Amino acid sequence: MTVTVNPVAARSTGRVVGSVRASLLVVEGLWMWYRRNWRATVFSSVVTPILFLLSLGLGLGTQIRAGAVPGGSTYIAFLAPALLVSAAVQNAAMDSTYPILSAFKWQKTFWGIVSTPVTPGQILGGRFLWLAARLLFSGVAFMVVAAFFGGVQGPSVIVSLLVSVLAGLAFAAPIVAFAATIENEGQQFNLLFRFVVMPMTLFAGTFFPVSQLPVFVQPLAWITPLWHGTELSRGAAFGTLEVLPALGHLAYLLVWVVVGLVLARKYFRVRLTV
Amino acid sequence: MKRFGDFTAVDGIDVEVRPGEAFGFLGPNGAGKSSTMRMIACVSPRSGGELSVLGDDPDVNGPRVRARLGVVPQQDNLDTELTVRENLFVYGRYFGLSKRHVREKAEELLDFAQLTDRADHQVEPLSGGMKRRLTIARSLVNDPELLLLDEPTTGLDPQARHLLWDRLFRLKQQGVTLIVTTHYMDEAEQLCDRLVVMDGGKIAAEGSPAELIAKYSTREVLELRFAPGQQHAALPSVQGLADRIEELPDRLLLYTADGEAALAAAHQRGVMPVASLVRRSSLEDVFLRLTGRTLVD
Ligand SMILES: Nc1ncnc2c1ncn2[C@@H]1O[C@H](COP(=O)(O)OP(=O)(O)OP(=O)(O)O)[C@@H](O)[C@H]1O
Ligand SMILES: [Mg+2]
Repeated sequence: MTVTVNPVAARSTGRVVGSVRASLLVVEGLWMWYRRNWRATVFSSVVTPILFLLSLGLGLGTQIRAGAVPGGSTYIAFLAPALLVSAAVQNAAMDSTYPILSAFKWQKTFWGIVSTPVTPGQILGGRFLWLAARLLFSGVAFMVVAAFFGGVQGPSVIVSLLVSVLAGLAFAAPIVAFAATIENEGQQFNLLFRFVVMPMTLFAGTFFPVSQLPVFVQPLAWITPLWHGTELSRGAAFGTLEVLPALGHLAYLLVWVVVGLVLARKYFRVRLTV
Repeated sequence: MKRFGDFTAVDGIDVEVRPGEAFGFLGPNGAGKSSTMRMIACVSPRSGGELSVLGDDPDVNGPRVRARLGVVPQQDNLDTELTVRENLFVYGRYFGLSKRHVREKAEELLDFAQLTDRADHQVEPLSGGMKRRLTIARSLVNDPELLLLDEPTTGLDPQARHLLWDRLFRLKQQGVTLIVTTHYMDEAEQLCDRLVVMDGGKIAAEGSPAELIAKYSTREVLELRFAPGQQHAALPSVQGLADRIEELPDRLLLYTADGEAALAAAHQRGVMPVASLVRRSSLEDVFLRLTGRTLVD
């Protein structure tokens, strides 16, 4: 087969932009939607975690004996840096399931983008930058409220915020990769939320230390990115982090990010260049 | 060449599209038109063969070629949660265009697509034809040198079709190369300088509309219409009256140089159609000949 389509006299105004710039253009497109529609997402991403914080931190907190909480702090101070990570991970999961599948399957917007100079990998990069920005924004909003109620210990909150973003990305990356492979209506996501996200939220150290779990269940908590993020975030808040464990947690989260992204990039490319 | 697993969708086609030309791909459903268009659009790597688009190999310089292309896919892939204007804006930005430039371009394209009054409405509730118009407008945002249109006018009302044809003519005058697929033969005759008819992933014929008609059809066609189903019973009586006879569900098409003479002969043999019509051959007849089953030669 030989197909030749020859150049012409007219000059196109289009040109190729660099990878970073292309990813930022993808962010710009997402922002365009968000600035008109942020109200629709702000409830689940910001308000819900704040309600949890107030109900459990202030309400349930009154029933918790002083000194029962590790480090001897108030319950809300114990809860806030962990709930921050938990909310980030849940938001990341939500943003990485149906929205990604939809762009492949229902709206097909990704196909629109790859017929421009932007590549599948750059789309992925843009989605990730955007996710990181959203997680950071939600986290800041959450922590500002938490600070009013004594949930913030000091400047180390910045570390907690960064950790929450990293944990969110660590969980999101493999899910995005998975979403890119799904051909059906995405029923698997329900299983993911029911059997992974939900138990993880309850038992991976957000509301009570994992050491309170039966010994044989604890390893299950240890494999979740949420637990590693929680250890880092809470450790930073209370200044109890030790260097080696901290590096271990970080490395673990980074491995999830990198492996997830490598897979996602591969599946994006496979699906978008058939 | 394009394979999907064991299945070969496009099998050894050989075409050259010249600069500034309007080139058409015709063919029945599943012929491989869209697969070919997607390869030319540098979004679908070919499974074999050579492909050069605007002087570049899509496998090597995909993004660079795509920067100079306009693509109207068969299936719309607009961002239905954005507004009409935002769709044009965001898409234009992917081509590295400045905000100011895209903003101005968007106005012009909104006008062309006759969507100015819907500019700030979300895309989702637009009618099918309006979405189609927006997809077409979007493909022009980067002033493409080569425009790929996969069944562009499907779903458009007659007015919108004529508006598009007019625009395409003008683009062609400016030196833009057009590659079109369509199932509307009148559109192909109107638009295309040259076209190929594809069938089963191969090229069945190639030439200008006039050349194809001259080569694959007769000067005139006699259409004999019957109540649906009755046409088959009449078939034996008209044998030998034409160079070729095509049977459709409600009619027989007799290909002959002299339609009136064939009609008189048919009447003489006692054939009583509900209606009859003598007309000149069109591309539609070429299409039927090349991709349908011809009964008598
Ligand atoms: N992604 C794919 N995976 C597997 N098979 C495919 C894929 N895309 C197309 N095909 C097959 O390739 C063949 C040609 O499809 P194509 O879409 O190119 O046809 P077409 O000529 O555009 O038809 P239509 O007139 O219906 O648009 C079809 O048999 C189709 O099923
Ligand atoms: Mg097609």
